[in-house]
Amino acid sequence: MPDDANAFQTALALIMGGDPDLLGIVMLSLQVSLTAVLIAALIALPLGAALALWQFPGRGVAIVMLNAMMGLPPVVAGLAVYLLLSRAGPLGEFGLLFTPGAMVIAQVILVLPIIAALTRQQVEELHSEYREQLSSMGVSRSRRIPTLLWDARLGLTTVMLAGFGRASAEVGAVMIVGGNIDGVSRVMTTAIVLETSKGNLPLALGLGIVLLVLVALINAAAHLVGETAQRRLG
Amino acid sequence: MNDLRRLPVTAIPSLALEGVGFAHRGQTLLQPLDLRLTGCQRTLVMGPNGAGKSLLMRLAHGLLVPSRGRVSWEGRPPRQAMVFQRPVLLKRSALANLTYALAINGTPRRRRKLLAREALERFGLAALEKRPARVLSGGEQQRLALARAWLAEPEVLFLDEPTSALDPAAIQAVEDAVLDFHRRGTRILMTTHDLQQARRLADDIVLLYGGRLVEHSPASDFFTTPASAEARAFIRGELVW
Repeated sequence: MPDDANAFQTALALIMGGDPDLLGIVMLSLQVSLTAVLIAALIALPLGAALALWQFPGRGVAIVMLNAMMGLPPVVAGLAVYLLLSRAGPLGEFGLLFTPGAMVIAQVILVLPIIAALTRQQVEELHSEYREQLSSMGVSRSRRIPTLLWDARLGLTTVMLAGFGRASAEVGAVMIVGGNIDGVSRVMTTAIVLETSKGNLPLALGLGIVLLVLVALINAAAHLVGETAQRRLG
Repeated sequence: MNDLRRLPVTAIPSLALEGVGFAHRGQTLLQPLDLRLTGCQRTLVMGPNGAGKSLLMRLAHGLLVPSRGRVSWEGRPPRQAMVFQRPVLLKRSALANLTYALAINGTPRRRRKLLAREALERFGLAALEKRPARVLSGGEQQRLALARAWLAEPEVLFLDEPTSALDPAAIQAVEDAVLDFHRRGTRILMTTHDLQQARRLADDIVLLYGGRLVEHSPASDFFTTPASAEARAFIRGELVW
């Protein structure tokens, strides 16, 4: 068992030294997870808002399903995408398997339900406050979607962060569809798994620290934006 | 400030409530009532808390569908706006709240800011245009809600206890605004439980008590020779709130 001080030193040296391999892994992680969150948000924000505004038969079931999907195990999502993208699968011809594209697809599937379900909740709450006023002004239901999304923007920032947290922390899905190929599809979480199983604990720990710091930084930035907006908008 | 360009002079459609009643979860909140409101009057709906005033406003404005009876406008439904007891403002700047309202009613983008600023000016809010609407004081928020209604150029304006949470200066501002609306040619339908306010503003009075329409008469008659026992008690201040 290596002593912790040694592991931290290695980690610090890697970070400070600007190790190109480490940098590549970090950049790819960020690229994949941020792209996934962006794509998921583009679909999930209006979807969640629509679910909050429209009454239709089976709405309750849809909401329960969506909430349940928030707990979808990443390996299951990974397996599903793997089957879709594998050579013999329906989308095999695109040759996406073991590329960052496949990893983005898998993470979109993981993140989309979180953003949609939480957006639904927030928009529904805000709409219960706005309903009479908007009805009085004759605002159509489809026009209410951008209105409510914009007015709920503070809370929705946190929702997007939750989505990013899930994407950047999961390992099961990217491992299966990405394959953890050095220089191609290796991200922080899969690298940590690999280094740990190789017994290279200092490097694994170093990567872990980088991951933590990155997530903390992104949260801090979002928090600052939120605080400023809160002060300005009341 | 006082150039009240009148709204295009077309007769405001009359509002007819025929046998309109409202029940919620088996409880009757408003007994079936008939009410006909014509002309460009200032009608004040009075009555104690729980009498059904707000309910009547929401039914007339179309926010609620009556459990029985029919609410109808003679001819076409007029342009309407409503000001609520607690104003619901968007989480945006004062100006953005108004440009939003203009966008909704189809005003071209390039004219929105100008019109919104004019309305802010009219309601004494010009200095606050960049402030978030939600951090304005109660009186300022209500004036902003009135400015938003102003921009809708309503032929009928509903106000549901617009002054009950305000201090005297803010109440005065709201009452002035109501008179401005009326001078511009807007029909007023407003609830209050303030007798003095009703005396100041009303052309005619609708009195509700316990979910029943008790009396509908011209203000002068209502205050001098009330027809119902409830109205007499109400004016003497004997109806328990």
